[in-house]
Amino acid sequence: MTRAGRFGELVLDGVTKSFGAHTALDGLDLTITGGEFVALLGPSGCGKSTALNLLAGLLAPTSGTILLDGTRIDTVPSERRDFGMVFQNYALFPHLTVADNVGFGLRVRRLRRPELQRRVADALRLVRLADQADKYPGQLSGGQQQRVAIARAVVTEPRLVLMDEPLSNLDAKLRLDMRTEIRLLHQQLGLTTVYVTHDQQEALSLADRLVVLRDGRVQQIGTPAEIYETPANTYVAAFVGYRNALPGEMRGANRVDVGGVTLAVETDVPASGRAVVMVRPDDLVVTDTGVLPVRVAVCEYQGRHFAVEGVTTGDVTVHCHSDRPLAPGSEVMAEVRRARAYPDGEVVPAAELVAAT
Amino acid sequence: MTALAIGRVVVRERRLPGLVWLAVPAAVFMVAFFVYPLCYGVGLTFQAAGGPLSAYRSFLSDGYQRGSIWITLGLSVPTALISVVAAVPLAYRMRGPFRGKRTLTAVLMVPLTLGSVFVADGMIDFLGPNGWFNRVLRALHVVDQPVVLIHNVAGVLLSMLISVFPLAFLLVLGYFSGIDGNLERAAAVSGAGPWQRFRLVLLPLLLPGLTVTFALTFVMAFAVFPSATLVGDPAGSTRVISIVAYDAYSRADYSSASAIAIVMGLVELAVLGIVFGIRGRLYRGSTSGGKG
Repeated sequence: MTRAGRFGELVLDGVTKSFGAHTALDGLDLTITGGEFVALLGPSGCGKSTALNLLAGLLAPTSGTILLDGTRIDTVPSERRDFGMVFQNYALFPHLTVADNVGFGLRVRRLRRPELQRRVADALRLVRLADQADKYPGQLSGGQQQRVAIARAVVTEPRLVLMDEPLSNLDAKLRLDMRTEIRLLHQQLGLTTVYVTHDQQEALSLADRLVVLRDGRVQQIGTPAEIYETPANTYVAAFVGYRNALPGEMRGANRVDVGGVTLAVETDVPASGRAVVMVRPDDLVVTDTGVLPVRVAVCEYQGRHFAVEGVTTGDVTVHCHSDRPLAPGSEVMAEVRRARAYPDGEVVPAAELVAAT
Repeated sequence: MTALAIGRVVVRERRLPGLVWLAVPAAVFMVAFFVYPLCYGVGLTFQAAGGPLSAYRSFLSDGYQRGSIWITLGLSVPTALISVVAAVPLAYRMRGPFRGKRTLTAVLMVPLTLGSVFVADGMIDFLGPNGWFNRVLRALHVVDQPVVLIHNVAGVLLSMLISVFPLAFLLVLGYFSGIDGNLERAAAVSGAGPWQRFRLVLLPLLLPGLTVTFALTFVMAFAVFPSATLVGDPAGSTRVISIVAYDAYSRADYSSASAIAIVMGLVELAVLGIVFGIRGRLYRGSTSGGKG
């Protein structure tokens, strides 16, 4: 396959979608460069699927514009956008064979038969399903069906490939394999891709750039490393694994007092005032030299370490790691290896954190 | 312990499942009121005065009588076809959710509840030579002579469409809603325009349902009797097979009447056989696009 269908840039300018009084997507500004792999990340209801459907032309924006190399496309019907899409439930045509499913986009473009067959065969080889060409979708496993859906989306060498949680219906192991395959496919074909997921691991490992959404609003746009290392707020932090949120008080630059214990933190917060310290479980480690007192509630063996859930003296539930088993009820000290402080008032409700992980 | 458990399972499977007993009243009812009368009726057909098969022979050899088969088919097949073909675009437009859908569906269901006599009465009043329809046409000088829409084939066809179409529409709407909406979306993003989406995705998935709809509306229309009598021309162009059978009954010729009823049933079965034969060649699997 050739690297066709490239474009310079796709610009979303203030794209908003409301359903009645509810604003599903609120002023999304995003520029996607040709060949890029962008992931829209967030819990259900954050507007990521709405954004994808707006790109696909399956929804019309309430306001805002989408421009592809300067040409407005948000008013163009789906079938004339020259995009490909992978649906969460695959959406394979049940009455067509695998080959006919993959060739559908070429058939409606009235491609000549030899050319169509050649490209279908190429696409099926790409997803390693050449020997299943004559089967019907119902005869395939979930993973195979998803690969057919991917082949169908890329066979036309579309300008943009849209993927709507393509792995969420697969079991854990298959999900990992398919994730690698999708990444590989993107490397081979270089097709610009917008990928929607609620799984931060998926987004971090696949995408060149991430867009973290919450309640229809962008929280942060950045490379996986930027998002992972320097989350813009407690919400993003919680989403990328900062499970512990400790309330505290700033004591000068990069110093926070948490329940009488002073911690060194990375922060952009002013040197005084209330703050929230976000710590990853693997940066909160039970050691003999620890500073933060924790009463152990639960200790789980997880192979490389023990995962400990406990309570601080300030009655905050924390998740930390330990390299030895700890008895429930015992008092231990945890070392804070790395922490980020954020302004107070941004503490994410616990319920939302659960939804996000 | 294990052996005991296995033994228990075996014993349980050997007994009739309790649920089967629930079907007994229905089965008794079917035998008493359907199977026995049917057999009795079939028996009657062979007891004609002229010999075992004479009832059939006299019906089939008489061109006037035999013609009623074609008249009936000529009314019921177009009724079913028109209903199905008209229901598809309407249901297509109404397949998605929209405000007032329930009301519109309810309104469309009304004719189903009216019954053909009521419909026929209304038609006679409205479409008759001095009914509103013709009075308006004449007042507007669209026509000089009244348009004859009752007491002929058109009248029966119209009255049957009024009663049968809502059923066809509701069934087709149901089949449309059964098709995973993502399939149409997937087709659209793949580059298929509205017509291609309909022809390549929706129609193939709909066809098995359309054959069932055709079969049901055909059966309804085939038994036409009140419409053919009230708004038709029961002695001539709409002398359908049920009228012929009824005539035989009124002459107390039960043997002939039963024989005609049997012929009627066989013709129906033949048409249904063709329809389901076609259906067997179609894709009939899931109408969803995968998991979800």
